[in-house]
Amino acid sequence: MNAAEQVLAGCKPMTRREIAARLAGDIPEGWYVNLGIGAPLQVADYVPEQREVVFQSENGILGMGPAPEPDKINRWLINAGKQYITLRTGGSYMHHADSFGLIRGGHLDLCVLGAFQVAENGDIANWATSNDTAPAVGGAMDLAAGTPRLWVLMEHTTKTGESRLVRRCGYPLTAIGVVKRIYTNLAVIDVTDDGFVVREMVPGLTLDALQRVTDAPLKKAA
Amino acid sequence: MINKIVQSVAEAMAGIRDGSVVLIGGFGSIGQPNALIDGLIEQGAKDLTVVSNNSGVGHLGLAKLLETGHVRKIVCSFPRTADPVVFEKLWREDRIELEVVPQGTMAERMRAAGAGIPAFYTPTAVGTKLAEGKEEREIRGRKYILEEALHGDVALVEAWQADRWGNLTYISSARNFNPVMATAATLTIAQTQHIVDLGALDPEKIATPGIFVNRVVHVPYGEPTVT
Repeated sequence: MNAAEQVLAGCKPMTRREIAARLAGDIPEGWYVNLGIGAPLQVADYVPEQREVVFQSENGILGMGPAPEPDKINRWLINAGKQYITLRTGGSYMHHADSFGLIRGGHLDLCVLGAFQVAENGDIANWATSNDTAPAVGGAMDLAAGTPRLWVLMEHTTKTGESRLVRRCGYPLTAIGVVKRIYTNLAVIDVTDDGFVVREMVPGLTLDALQRVTDAPLKKAA
Repeated sequence: MINKIVQSVAEAMAGIRDGSVVLIGGFGSIGQPNALIDGLIEQGAKDLTVVSNNSGVGHLGLAKLLETGHVRKIVCSFPRTADPVVFEKLWREDRIELEVVPQGTMAERMRAAGAGIPAFYTPTAVGTKLAEGKEEREIRGRKYILEEALHGDVALVEAWQADRWGNLTYISSARNFNPVMATAATLTIAQTQHIVDLGALDPEKIATPGIFVNRVVHVPYGEPTVT
């Protein structure tokens, strides 16, 4: 067993959906939120409809709703992941320059992105890991640099057990010094001027054990 | 009488030159003017630089334009889709040049072109590979890079409704890059699902005023089948 496997054997890590649900619980009514493609999109499933949170999709949609019933698809209405969606009552459309204007102008309350790595100084790497395929950045750099509050949702380690929370990112950067909080399958961690501060861990996990699978130093929240 | 409506796609594509910068609307396949792209292939202009968010799905539309060898360079934010077979092959074989631009920077560069702004500072991409070679400047304690306007010789856009003055409306998320591209090119060509009489469009709903549009062609094709 590698260090990661030993640590995981002693506790119950969260599934992707459980992380999404945990994060969703921290989004208050009234926030305007952009969810990155992939796992972050699942966060929307755990915000109850009566708590009015307005989701933005970068391709010109404010007030994105859930997937449509199969017989009620609007084939002109997709999200950033190019899946069919619905528009909530009160929703609106805008063109791309306005859509990214609201992102880059700092009007969103929150952006949630996936990542390959987050560094203790808040740097994020989430768009390229190698030169094998053509680089594809999409809206990640605009969202990361433009949104005042950036949270990352990701697995704590890679499949082979390497920490995704690092001292300095090894992969190409998306933005520098922007991540405020990380939700992983093991913990909720704030990124502060003093580095990573652990706010919460899954039951059965100790700070020592979490540190064993984390490349950068961790502090316990006061 | 102003009448920007032309009777065929071939007529709409007349005069596009080799080496042109062509802005092509759409996000994935939604709002991508496929009939105009087919017309461009037919028209035959070569050595094109294409600006579009993605790089084509399957062998349709933009993918077909790449596959038939008309494109020297593509400027896009996300050269990846569910099925990017054509682009990936060209890229691996080094037969196409790629400039990756953050999506918002791409939109803003075209907005700037349409609004007479030659360049602007943005924090997007500061400290990353995509900032290499760009002028950096600190303004009130934050770092920014200089990005230049992105002007097209031609813009191909897809509208929902149009009238003979070239006023356009869009449908749902098919609006995307189309209005901003329409402002940023010397020659803007629109394909539209519906042609309506002048005066029939609600002025409150016109998203692209006719001043930005040069030619309109009626292409009532129904619904997109892929995203």
